[in-house]
Amino acid sequence: MSTEKLKETIQKVFPDVECVICWQEGFDKLHTTPLFITTPDQTEKVVWNLLCVQNLAAYLPSLKKKIAVVVKGCDSRTIVQFMQEGLIDRSNVVVIGIPCRGVVSVKKVLAAVGQQPIEDVKVSDGNIIVKTPKGEKTLAIADVSPGKCKTCQYPTPVIYDFLVGEPIESDKPAASVYDDVREFEKLSLAERKAYFEKEFGKCIRCYACRNACPMCVCQDSCIAETRDPHWITQKMTPEEKMMFHMIHSVHLAGRCVECGECERVCPMDIPVAKLKKKINSAMKELFDYVPGVNPDDKPPMYTFNVDEVKIKEHKL
Amino acid sequence: MADTGFLPKEKIKEFLEALSKDTVVYVPTKEGETAAFKVYSPDAEICLDRPANIPPKSVIYPQCETLLSFEYKKTDPDDPKKMAVEVRAETNYPKAVIFGCRPCDAKGFAIYDRVFLDTDTADPYYREHREKTTIISLACEAPFAGCFCVAVGGGPADTAGSDVLMTEVDKGYYLEALTEKGRAALSVPVIEDGASYKAAAEKIKTEARAKVKNPFPADATEKVSPKLFDTDEFWQQVTNKCVSCGACTYLCPTCYCFNITDEQALSKGERIRTWDACMFRHFTLEASGHNPRPTKSRRFRNRVGHKFSYYPEKYNGAIACCGCGRCIRYCPVSVDISEVVGYLKDPKQDPATWVATNTKAVKDGSL
Repeated sequence: MSTEKLKETIQKVFPDVECVICWQEGFDKLHTTPLFITTPDQTEKVVWNLLCVQNLAAYLPSLKKKIAVVVKGCDSRTIVQFMQEGLIDRSNVVVIGIPCRGVVSVKKVLAAVGQQPIEDVKVSDGNIIVKTPKGEKTLAIADVSPGKCKTCQYPTPVIYDFLVGEPIESDKPAASVYDDVREFEKLSLAERKAYFEKEFGKCIRCYACRNACPMCVCQDSCIAETRDPHWITQKMTPEEKMMFHMIHSVHLAGRCVECGECERVCPMDIPVAKLKKKINSAMKELFDYVPGVNPDDKPPMYTFNVDEVKIKEHKL
Repeated sequence: MADTGFLPKEKIKEFLEALSKDTVVYVPTKEGETAAFKVYSPDAEICLDRPANIPPKSVIYPQCETLLSFEYKKTDPDDPKKMAVEVRAETNYPKAVIFGCRPCDAKGFAIYDRVFLDTDTADPYYREHREKTTIISLACEAPFAGCFCVAVGGGPADTAGSDVLMTEVDKGYYLEALTEKGRAALSVPVIEDGASYKAAAEKIKTEARAKVKNPFPADATEKVSPKLFDTDEFWQQVTNKCVSCGACTYLCPTCYCFNITDEQALSKGERIRTWDACMFRHFTLEASGHNPRPTKSRRFRNRVGHKFSYYPEKYNGAIACCGCGRCIRYCPVSVDISEVVGYLKDPKQDPATWVATNTKAVKDGSL
């Protein structure tokens, strides 16, 4: 239903744009993959369902032509953040928004079916039914949804030129968005340190988290690789890996739009977004600021007040 | 020493403990949902029901290998400028066993052997690790998502690179020694006589092979089409979605490109060799600032070309891909190398038709 409407909308935006970025089925029924279509007759491959996990807005700063992009609510915040930071020319982007009730975590589904090859995937009544050579497995979507969907406040894109379907409201309480952060903070410092050392210890420094992150804009001057300055060695020690992930997180302070791409793409299943979510919770507490919501906002780290209301200065 | 054997399931840990007495034993270990090769410990959750997220290549070809360590020392108390440098290189690694990797993982080492050993300047670090490591592979009884080993000269029970091949049969594993090192591993007393399981194992192996799909066209050419390969537009189109990360290369059992850096603090340091990835922007960046592969489409072309064209040209047609499917399974945006190579091996493809009928390249950016 929505797929047909999406196809119609995509056909409408031609010839105003040179390309539309959307999703198509990937190498199996469980995976989707970004599709770049350049003529209206290529829309037959377009899909829209809860497997459309990639944040397609992330491609925008690298494209200089007039582009249309299909975004879910979470992805749309990327566009707002790009506008705040001057990383895209809004007049060069046509935003096709889709209200979204949540996607699934492909990793969670694959784990539930023992990484078996996927023969078919069906969705019905809040369940996703996955067929593999070992049989059919019915999984509740709620059990295999990524963390970001469980607290989603923006099911309808915050910015769009076309909306496919009707706007919907969040049914998740705003007050509990950072419950997981608060819960984690109950652990002692030593416990938290041990947790991150163990998790980041799995890191293979493939930088999928960095390259999939829409807000990672340092490009070839990334601290992870630059030799001048030489902040991080190429060694595979826990210290080096931690340092990279800490810097990644801190660079995103007040900029992370919580699209969850960093965590979704990690081949080693590291909870990469956890530190970022903590920083976002601090942004909310200190500056009452949510990144990627209003194009006219200035990110808190781009400015400062001599007397920040909620920050106690060290009285030196 | 026996050529075959049988390892009952309940004796796996006993076997691994016996091996651990004089070797470092690496087993696919599950931590949460991630399986990676870790040194065996009795409380490890051994993952044999699926391939590990990352192959065991780091055991023999470490992601970070110290080539040498160095230290600057003052030689004259009266003249602090007079320094001597002391250099040390060690390759005295312990004996190791890789247990429970897949035949594709082991085949990766056979592919490295040609590069690092079958040359008049064999790599001493690789050689030392390789000679001291026994590889006990587990045949796959069925393929996993993205697997295509049969299309690249391998198979779910391929023996290349392994010292022992295990096949899961009722209540245990049938073991076949393939090398002297393998025969030595089977001499551990835990291993029982395997002769009666041979027929069952052979049947499982034959059936497994039939289950693996070949994603290439039925009339695929042996070599990739040079015409399509040389079409820039083709590479730009297939890499539109690539995010240029290193997941595909670091998870690949056959990628072996490396970087060498000196990591020094004060007067001491180490020269290390670390994995490099052709998908990174810095790959082949030269000191002058020039980069012969400045765009992701050029770099991806190198990745495919290395595996399916340059390496086969150099090594009698051998393909430097083992079809393990990890680059497909774990790619953030589901780039499918088997699809791309399928186009390149399709005799019906011609560049003009390809470019006209597929979605166009949006931009050959450096991203």
